[in-house]
Formats: sequence, C-alpha cells, structure tokens
Amino acid sequence: MKLGVLFSGGKDSTLALLKAMKIEEVVCLITIISENRESYMFHTPNVGLTKLQARAMDLPLIRRFTQGKKEEELEDLKQAIRQARKEFRIEGVVTGAVESTYQASRVQRICFQLGLWCFNPLWKMDQRELLNEIVERGFEVIIVGVFAYPLDKSWLGKKIDAALTRRLVALQEEYGISPSGEGGEIETMVLDAPVFKKKISVTHSSIEDDGTSAVFNVSKARLAEK
Amino acid sequence: MILIVDMNFKKESLGTYEFVYPIASVVKNFETYLIKHYSELGDTDVDKYSRVILSGNALRDEQVMNRAECFSWVRGCGKPILGICAGMQTIGLVFGSSLKRCVEIGMARIETVKRNALFSASFDAYQLHSLALRPSGEFEVLARSERCVQAVKHRKRSIYGVLFHPEVRNREIIERFVALPI
Repeated sequence: MKLGVLFSGGKDSTLALLKAMKIEEVVCLITIISENRESYMFHTPNVGLTKLQARAMDLPLIRRFTQGKKEEELEDLKQAIRQARKEFRIEGVVTGAVESTYQASRVQRICFQLGLWCFNPLWKMDQRELLNEIVERGFEVIIVGVFAYPLDKSWLGKKIDAALTRRLVALQEEYGISPSGEGGEIETMVLDAPVFKKKISVTHSSIEDDGTSAVFNVSKARLAEK
Repeated sequence: MILIVDMNFKKESLGTYEFVYPIASVVKNFETYLIKHYSELGDTDVDKYSRVILSGNALRDEQVMNRAECFSWVRGCGKPILGICAGMQTIGLVFGSSLKRCVEIGMARIETVKRNALFSASFDAYQLHSLALRPSGEFEVLARSERCVQAVKHRKRSIYGVLFHPEVRNREIIERFVALPI
C-alpha cells in the first residue's frame, strides 16, 4: 500500500515513518508549517527543517503553510493530503499520534472524507517504551522546545539518550509531566535515524526564552555523511 | 492465557499496532496473552484460552466482514468473549444480526441502558466506526449513543460486544472483562 506520512521532523512522526516503511511503501512526506505557535494540531519549532530531513531520507516532501486558525488549518491539511493523493497516488496516511484523540480523530475524518486509509502505529504506546525504542534504534534526537515547569532552557539541544530518558521519567513521577511530551511539554527534532541516508548537522542556532517556555531555533543546518 | 484476535486486513499490519497492541497493553497487567490473526484460527484453537478478545480495525478495513467462515468457532466457544468495534460487528453477524452504515469518529457520549458487569451510568468513549450493529434477538442492548447501539451482550452466554474503543478511553472495561468469572 502506498502511504504518505504526516511529518513534523520530531521523534514521533519519524518513528511512525520507520514502522510504516517496514510494512508498507512510504512514497512521500507531508508537512504542515503553522504560523500559530499554539496550534493543537501541528508541531511548530524548526518544522521548516523537514525539507532538509526529507533530503536526508531521500523522500519527496509536500509542504503547506497554514495560519493555524482552528478548523481552517484542517482544511489546509486536507489540501496537502489531497495533493499527495494526486501526485504520489497515496492510498493512506500515517501519523505519529500517541495519545491525542483530538489530533487523531481529525486526521481520521479527513482521510475518511478523501477515501484514504489512516494508520497510527504509535497509538497508545507507553511513553517510556517509546523513548526507549528511539534510543535503542539509534535515533539522534534533540530537544528543541520546552513548555512546562520545571523544564527550562538548560534542556534545549540535549540529545535524548538513556540517561536523559531516566531524567524525564523522574520528572513524570515528581511533576506529572509526560516524559515524551504528549501534553506539549517538549518538542523534539530528529538529526539522524535508521531511515536517514545522511544526517543533519546543526551549524547555527539560538535560544529564545520567555521565562515560561524556551525554544532552540536552528537557523542553519546541513547534511553530513553518517 | 487470553487470546487476542487481530481483526485487521492482514497479519502484523500497521493496524495491529493501532488496534491490537493497545489491548495487549491492558491485558498484560492481569494475565499472559497471545495474539493471533483471525485467519489463523481453527474451530478448536480457542478452547485452550481463558477468554477471547476480538480487536477493532481501521475505518476503511471491512475485509473481515466478508470472512464469516473464519468465525464459526464463536458459536461453540464456551469462554467469555469481548468483541471491540469490528469484533462486535463480527460476533453480531455470527448470531444473525445485521449491519448499517453509521460513521462516528471521535469522542461521544454513551448511555448505559441495562445494568451489566463491564460499565455503568453515562460516560464518554472514543468512536471509530463506519458501520453499526442492528442486533438480533439473541442479544440484549447494554448501551447506546445518540446514533446507534454501542454495547450488547448475548442473552445466554458471556459474550459482549462494544462498538466504542475501550483500549483508547475507558480501559477499565477491558480490565473488568478480564476479571469476569469463567
């Protein structure tokens, strides 16, 4: 089955892509770039870098910009999926949804309207297991956004490894935050993964910190040999 | 050991991740389990398990509805059975029910209409179906949403069907099924 993957550049959509590739044929990636940083639907920090990530994986990418207004952004997503159906003849869509029935049901509805299958291979996955799988499979993932206390800018740019996973799980026990960021506590960016033919090397970055949240903005990055 | 039946269009599909493993993640806290695809089950295979759960499947996946011959074992099975979504619909077909088009995607309010061992009162549940059951006289209706029948039980046997997805929200319903006396 030919599939398009909704791709934000973060760990969840990349892991979903990897699982989809093992079973079906992934023919394109689809990215929605939202101007609304508060979007419930779409990941925002560094989403512009999906273009470079798609090149690293040698997969075509459909990008669509949205103002991120509620419900209008769904129409933009629908247009992007429709384009993928036309250009790449996709028969279904894959998402990296884990817990959010809000996100999952909206994508399900769009796919159903377009006559497409919809798959969520990370659905209801235990968050600790998800982080462990990413580490065990050799993903190189950095934290590019923190949006909940006690996470602060000191976490930005840190690679998710076994030690960092333990720290995130400890924060779950103490503060109730979701260790994999399901409640929007953290956002991530994948620099390397088993599906990458080349890896991403960040050459210029800056930190934006407003006291309650902080973002690691990648202004320049390039592909590097693995 | 509990048998979880994978109702997706093929063995180890992407639907298995989405509709089968979440059930397993609830069951594993109580009892060991085995996952088998529906096409792999013979009439006697189910006898060795303590109970059986039939999973749901993707919204566009209606293949299993045309494979009623794979479920002849349901009539002779003496163990508790829980069918979820496509699992409920299939059990219904085995006992002479019919299906109607009814699309619901997302959270919806469920009203319990008959006292039972799995749930009570009203609650919100996750819906993902394009068909709904018109239950035959062999079933009693346990719950409804505004649109359709949401849960049934066989009148004489410990066979339950829920149209909503308790592996997504209301996981305690699966826990209660697992604790039902055999």
